[in-house]
Amino acid sequence: MNRHLLSTEDLGRDDALLILDTAERMARVAEASVRKLPTLRGRTVVNLFFEDSTRTRTSFEVAAKRLSADVINFSARGSSVSKGESLKDTAQTLEAMGADAVVCRHGASGAPHRLASWVRGSVVNAGDGTHEHPTQALLDAFTMRRRLGRIEGLRVTIVGDVLHSRVARSNVWLLATLGASVTVVAPPTLLPLGVSSWPVEVSYNLDAVLPKSDVVMMLRVQRERMSAAFFPTEREYSRRYGLDVDRAANLPEHALVMHPGPMVRGMEIASQVADSARSTVVEQVANGVSVRMAVLYLLLGGSGEVS
Amino acid sequence: MAAAATGDPVSRRPGTARTVLSADDITRIVSRMAHQILEKTTGGAGVVLLGIPTRGVPLAHRLVRRVHAVEGVDLPVGSLDPTMYRDDLRLRGVRPLEVTEIPEGGVDGKVVILVDDVLFSGRTVRAALDALAAYGRPRAVQLAVLVDRGHRELPIRADYVGKNMPTSRRELVAVRLREVDDVDGVLILPPAAAPTSADEQTGRDHA
Repeated sequence: MNRHLLSTEDLGRDDALLILDTAERMARVAEASVRKLPTLRGRTVVNLFFEDSTRTRTSFEVAAKRLSADVINFSARGSSVSKGESLKDTAQTLEAMGADAVVCRHGASGAPHRLASWVRGSVVNAGDGTHEHPTQALLDAFTMRRRLGRIEGLRVTIVGDVLHSRVARSNVWLLATLGASVTVVAPPTLLPLGVSSWPVEVSYNLDAVLPKSDVVMMLRVQRERMSAAFFPTEREYSRRYGLDVDRAANLPEHALVMHPGPMVRGMEIASQVADSARSTVVEQVANGVSVRMAVLYLLLGGSGEVS
Repeated sequence: MAAAATGDPVSRRPGTARTVLSADDITRIVSRMAHQILEKTTGGAGVVLLGIPTRGVPLAHRLVRRVHAVEGVDLPVGSLDPTMYRDDLRLRGVRPLEVTEIPEGGVDGKVVILVDDVLFSGRTVRAALDALAAYGRPRAVQLAVLVDRGHRELPIRADYVGKNMPTSRRELVAVRLREVDDVDGVLILPPAAAPTSADEQTGRDHA
């Protein structure tokens, strides 16, 4: 595996499966009475978050702490970043503090890649702009494999704001690598220009796709990233692309409903569906810790050389 | 950082391996160890066997089957992966994790017998003891190994030893088990051409 985890687009099949298998072992640790491992004792993990994210940051923090790493939370607000420090200066500061890994979230696509070229430690992309969010895709794949027993051959439908979604991008690449077939469903205005070059089918009709889906992944409509009107009204969006109770009834018996969170209940997903037995929303959070433990272990658990 | 290379030392150095235990020898030894376990634990009361991956796991299962054949009791059996508790993680590339499977009923108040194929430096067993503590507090912990090759680096000894095998620190002891390798046998391989540290030589985590 590479020294960094920056995207799923350049993550090979063997490495992806190694992360999922390792996460499976980490999940067992959560069943032990002592849920703490000495594995990364003496290592320092810095959470460098330029965007607000309670759930992802907390998930990485729990993962690092379960492995006994020291965790430093470095958020843009209230730090010298708000005083105008550049990313490079921040990187050098972290470097001088001896960070073994930097978990980075940034509003600009590609920021973690730049960071990786400036620091000696490992960089984990925790979401960059509208580009990628690789650990989210890995935990989604992990959740599918745990629930349905496989990923290869699964029909996965990703619904909603694909244009602004780094979760969608990371999932598309990872699921293609692992042999699932992906359909994206969205209003034409919420699909990126380059979608025709992605390894996906495109549909504008959710009702037609649902009966043929093993997994349906609902995306949040990212109001904060929208500078223009992408659809007439929320009500219309919800009517055409929201997963309500009647729509969910058209899913096959075994099908899963996933959501990366945070959910907007009543908008892209109805409360009854989000809380139903086929929803994996809560599991995804628990699995996120296992997957992030796996990533941190694989990046920091050895000498750093390929054995 | 791909999966650790666990190259096959025998095929790497063809024609130089010396067989020290045959398949029949292993069968007899496992049978004797099963009897010793029954004797020492008075019929296996409260005993749980935990194999240390990779080859300690099939060995533990063989012991349990032998115990069943002799005494008719079914001892709980599982596996315990000590990897994340090792003290030498930083000395080489990242190691793939193995399965930990604690049998139903847990380990609290039980007599846990750790089972491994080769006892060498004792570092794997040290790590396994730490790993075990995360799952509970056994009444006692014992150790069963197929081969004790000496060269301990920690104050650890086995309660049940299949075969004491004096070796040079630079030699390599390779245990082959049907369940993993398709054949049974124990081989001693001569020192590698380029001497390495005792730990690396074993190729696997036989410590």
